[in-house]
Amino acid sequence: MSSEKRKYEVDPVTGSAIHPYSWDGIGELETPPPRWWVLTYLVCFLFAVGWWVAYPAWPYIAGYTKGVLGFSTRADVAEQIAAAKAAQAPYNNKLAQLDYAAIAADPELSTFAMAGGKALFGENCAQCHGSGANGNVGYPNLLDDDWLWGGDYTTLEQTVMHGVRSTNDEATRQSQMPAFGKDGILTREQVDDVVAYVLSLSGTAPADPAAAERGAQVFADNCVACHGDAGVGLREMGGPKLNDAIWLYGGDPKAVAAQVFNPRHGVMPAWAGRLDPLAIKKLVFYVHSLGGGE
Amino acid sequence: MSMTMNNRTPTTIDEADIPVWSHKPKTFPKKVKGPIRNLKWAVMAVLLAIYWGVPWFRFDRGPFAPDQAILIDLPGRKAYFLWFEIWPQEVYIVTGLLIVAAIGLFFVTAMLGRVWCGYACPQTVWTDLFMLVERWIEGDRAQRMKLDRAPFSMKKLGKRTAKFAAWAFIGMMTGGAWILYFNDAPTVVPELFTGEAGTAVYATVAFLTFSTFLMAGIARENVCTFMCPYARFQSAMFDQDTMVVSYHPARGEKRGKHKAGESWDGRGHCIDCRQCVDVCPTGIDIRDGLQMSCISCGLCVDACNSIMDKVGLPHGLISYDTERNIELKACGQKPKWNLLRLRTIGYGVVFALAGLGVLYALMARQPMDASVLADRNPLFVRLSNGDLRNGYTLKLLNKTPELHAVEIAAVGLTGAEVTVLGHETEAVPTVELAPDAVAAIRVFVRLPEADWKGSPLDFDFVVTDHGRNLTVSVPTRFEGPAK
Ligand code: SF4
Ligand code: SF4
Repeated sequence: MSSEKRKYEVDPVTGSAIHPYSWDGIGELETPPPRWWVLTYLVCFLFAVGWWVAYPAWPYIAGYTKGVLGFSTRADVAEQIAAAKAAQAPYNNKLAQLDYAAIAADPELSTFAMAGGKALFGENCAQCHGSGANGNVGYPNLLDDDWLWGGDYTTLEQTVMHGVRSTNDEATRQSQMPAFGKDGILTREQVDDVVAYVLSLSGTAPADPAAAERGAQVFADNCVACHGDAGVGLREMGGPKLNDAIWLYGGDPKAVAAQVFNPRHGVMPAWAGRLDPLAIKKLVFYVHSLGGGE
Repeated sequence: MSMTMNNRTPTTIDEADIPVWSHKPKTFPKKVKGPIRNLKWAVMAVLLAIYWGVPWFRFDRGPFAPDQAILIDLPGRKAYFLWFEIWPQEVYIVTGLLIVAAIGLFFVTAMLGRVWCGYACPQTVWTDLFMLVERWIEGDRAQRMKLDRAPFSMKKLGKRTAKFAAWAFIGMMTGGAWILYFNDAPTVVPELFTGEAGTAVYATVAFLTFSTFLMAGIARENVCTFMCPYARFQSAMFDQDTMVVSYHPARGEKRGKHKAGESWDGRGHCIDCRQCVDVCPTGIDIRDGLQMSCISCGLCVDACNSIMDKVGLPHGLISYDTERNIELKACGQKPKWNLLRLRTIGYGVVFALAGLGVLYALMARQPMDASVLADRNPLFVRLSNGDLRNGYTLKLLNKTPELHAVEIAAVGLTGAEVTVLGHETEAVPTVELAPDAVAAIRVFVRLPEADWKGSPLDFDFVVTDHGRNLTVSVPTRFEGPAK
């Protein structure tokens, strides 16, 4: 670069200097920008420098410059969570004090409890009962009006707290159906007969009325103790209702026969100890609201 | 672009002498008197009175809603405008109003040019107010120029401090009034002084103080010339018949100094006194013709007319006129007014249609609204006795500041039984709607197995408010297993 001063030509119309380079004969004017523009630029530069000093800005290999203000988005989030918790506190305190009926009578509280319950359900229960709580084969549907152990608040709470056939809770709900076929308690024919009878309980006309009639006797001898007369179910024993349209392991003859021959048993963990009482309360309230609450 | 300037401009310049920023001369608008100035004072007084006064008007809406006539309740997500209450989902009404306002502006611009800029734009109104204060403190144009050139002194410091303090005060009042539109005015004003108002309130006041100071005190005409988009596209609405402030060169040229008693023969009526330039708030010379920087304030009209009075010539060397008339007058013909033309009729029609649309939207607005969300997971539930049940979340909007009770029914679904969560025992579920709130209720519809034919059934949820004789129905469907 030459050190001598370059002379620029001046455009006679605008009074601006003309840049010495020309592109295909087209020159460029060196019209200066307005002062406020230049000053705004300067202020922006200074602002950026100020920002680097004040806030986290430059990364280096093992970390980053923290800035003198000590700002951190992580701390911000923690603060916001704490604020949200604090905002929930009055509702939570009220929830802890009131019983279920009182919560249900307060629309605002029930909305709060249901929202909390829904979140907890998604985290803890949806894996087995489904995110819509409609269950699956072997996992009870919580939306319908059929309950193995009962669908009122207290019973639901008991079930959630202590689980079903849970291995680590003394107070867990226990029920065990004998393997009638596998253990040779009933013969194959008896199993088929009792299946025909059980299916007739829910109103379907049996394919073989004679078998169903024979099955009635087998049922009376072996099943009534848990499933009740005519299969009305026995909640104290966890004996499922058999005279309705709802089947935990399927309602076709094959599925029912499989269950009589070698029954499967679901396990529900005990949630007391894993979830705090307030969380359980919200869960119970939510499940009760799904449509089958008693 | 006069010849003299070209002659003075050197033909070369050293690289080092090219300025970093342009040295545009500052404007020191001179005081002017006249009918247009008076009209502008009146408009300014009315507009400022509206701005500062409106939030104080009360309007009784009962115990559950604010009693401020005009209020935008941001936390409550609602806007109150006299009888109307606008919910977020009705923002289209606001959009419609903005469209009406824009078309109205286009219409006025096509007719009268930039009258908005010259009279009603907040940038102009506040700049005018700031200039008035400036004139009180620092004097008129000549004194201000002198003060500007003067070296630093206690007197200069005193005047500048007084001026900036006064501007800051007006800025604060401006910001302070802005927040009144978003808060209950009588509550928030004392809170402002006791430190109880929210951070957002203080931040808004601070920001608006600063921006008012900057825009009306420092930036002024530069906002109109460089920042305002409307200034840039207004030429699209202009035509030959648009009223603009214009100098009549045919009458004014050839300009030149004039001594009392001299003849006007063989010369123009412009005496080159530069009064029109001195009073111009944007610092331009209207004699150069229509230009983008002109905000059509008409102050140069007042200035020139008073000069014409002095030299004993008729008014109107500078006047509001159309381009067509300037030409016609130049040829000695009669001016022609062409108000009804495709452009103005077009804008007028669109304006009327948009206005009617907004009016209709406001009139047809229901004080109650409902929407339904059918459960998708699962679509249906089989109950013990074989019946089918569908679940729905019904959102009920009560857009009035009163409590209302509504009945929920399913219409068009024979055999169905409706229950509302929390109202299971009621034969016809009746739900209370809190004032100005959205209620989300869970509704179950149960259909006997015999009534299910295997394909989805369309039906309506009908929400009835017997008290007000209001019904809203929302269509939805009932799902079940394929048969
Ligand atoms: S005020 Fe009128 S007479 Fe004076 S310079 Fe302007 S146009 Fe000419
Ligand atoms: S030229 Fe006249 S009308 Fe235009 S801005 Fe200046 S004083 Fe106002």
